[in-house]
Amino acid sequence: MAQVSAQAETIHAQALVIGAGPVGLFAVFELGMVGISAHVIDILPHAGGQCVELYPDKPIFDIPAQPRISGAELAERLLQQIAPFEPTFHFNESAQVLERIPQEEGGGFIVSTASGKRFRTPVVVVAAGSGAIVPKRPPLKRLEEFEEKSVFYAVRDPEQFRGRRIVVAGGGDSALDWAIELAPHAERLTLLHRRQEFRAAPASVERMRQMVEAGQMDFRLGQICGLVGENGVLQAVQARHQGETFEIPADACLLFFGLAGRLGALAQWGFEMQGGQIAVNTENFETSIPGVFAIGDVCTYPGKLKLILSGFHEAALMAQKAARYVFPGRHVSFEHSTSSTILAKKLHQG
Amino acid sequence: MVRIVFIDPDGKRHEVDAEEGMTLMEAAVQNMVPGIDADCGGGCACATCHVYVDPAWQEKLPELFERNEAEEDMLDFAFDVRENSRLSCQIKVTAELEGLELQVPEQQG
Ligand SMILES: Cc1cc2nc3c(=O)[nH]c(=O)nc-3n(C[C@H](O)[C@H](O)[C@H](O)COP(=O)(O)OP(=O)(O)OC[C@H]3O[C@@H](n4cnc5c(N)ncnc54)[C@H](O)[C@@H]3O)c2cc1C
Ligand code: FES
Repeated sequence: MAQVSAQAETIHAQALVIGAGPVGLFAVFELGMVGISAHVIDILPHAGGQCVELYPDKPIFDIPAQPRISGAELAERLLQQIAPFEPTFHFNESAQVLERIPQEEGGGFIVSTASGKRFRTPVVVVAAGSGAIVPKRPPLKRLEEFEEKSVFYAVRDPEQFRGRRIVVAGGGDSALDWAIELAPHAERLTLLHRRQEFRAAPASVERMRQMVEAGQMDFRLGQICGLVGENGVLQAVQARHQGETFEIPADACLLFFGLAGRLGALAQWGFEMQGGQIAVNTENFETSIPGVFAIGDVCTYPGKLKLILSGFHEAALMAQKAARYVFPGRHVSFEHSTSSTILAKKLHQG
Repeated sequence: MVRIVFIDPDGKRHEVDAEEGMTLMEAAVQNMVPGIDADCGGGCACATCHVYVDPAWQEKLPELFERNEAEEDMLDFAFDVRENSRLSCQIKVTAELEGLELQVPEQQG
């Protein structure tokens, strides 16, 4: 069936922004200001990047003219701010492959996603932060064998755990919430955590302790160190505590160790990298591939700071150069938002 | 300059010159030591800068093994946490650390 996706319809875009974190979102604004309308893809189901995924409720204090704003609020306001430019979002899509189109065939790029969507565009803006934000995977032998068969990082269908022996490993809110939710339906549920303290909502910790007390759930101190089973069928989870190793019989295991960034396929796109980040020049934030830009946490240059503020600045300079690829030959003049005719038109339409 | 040695999971030694006042994480990242991902850039919010401190230092510098509360919480999101586990973004380089050896774990996540 690979054929089908290879021939899937190609979406023509003036610019493709990879990553809907704060910097990718603001890039839509700056591109809009020079007359470019953007498509934005993100592997997550929603916009906001780290701000929404990692710290939605934490206040941020260093956004200019915003004395205090939470991660989630910042994303919400950015979405409002860019709405007049009508970006097209494609969520749950991860950018995988970058192809260069030869000049004689019109130049530019085709970016394809894991699901087979294809974008043809003269400008690619990589705003991928520290990469796809994915669940952390423990370094366990033969882990792949079990993943998505008996070892999971999320619960999609709680029913699949009914009547089974489950181990939930971790000590944060996700671990506790799911342990509490699944325990009543499981044959036996064991919560495995490295210490007595939990970094989670006090009410959940309280509830969990009550359930342990009432015999509705087991709690074991320890850290996961192995999986026992065959062909993806789990028999037991191995754990260690203070030098002692033990096994907990289990049919399924849920791992909640938070999220980490993985640049993945992007790192192989052929641009110059430096210590895991994409090298750019600070005049226009272009990478070593002309027409491909990198802004925000994903880029690096002498003196780079991983701040939202810096990403916003990078977006503004990027857009000036991007316009030269989208509108070759046309002079793009710099405009203030207060007097921008493009923006005024967009705002009136909305 | 303070000499710090990071030993990667393959056993390879990376000797770096760290400036006093920077964190051990920054020293690792600036010198491209593999395995110190430091996703959150030192915010004590990712636990991908986990290191094991050479236990031989326990006697000489016991503070080096004392984790702060936020760090202890964050280590819940690291793997194979041991008594000598630290988040390298939570340790400032001082002259006292000259020659310190840190083991980088097999995987940060
Ligand atoms: C706890 C914490 C507190 C912080 N506090 C502050 C603060 O006070 N002030 C400040 O300025 N900064 C702060 N930061 C840093 C700030 O959040 C980052 O600098 C900012 O999020 C970077 O924005 P970004 O858009 O470059 O990347 P991100 O926010 O990381 O967004 C990148 C997006 O790209 C997507 N993506 C990645 N790869 C792909 C792919 N291949 N295909 C499709 N999508 C992809 C990801 O899913 C993600 O949504 C903090 C960070 C943390 C973790
Ligand atoms: S760099 Fe993220 S916790 Fe140390």
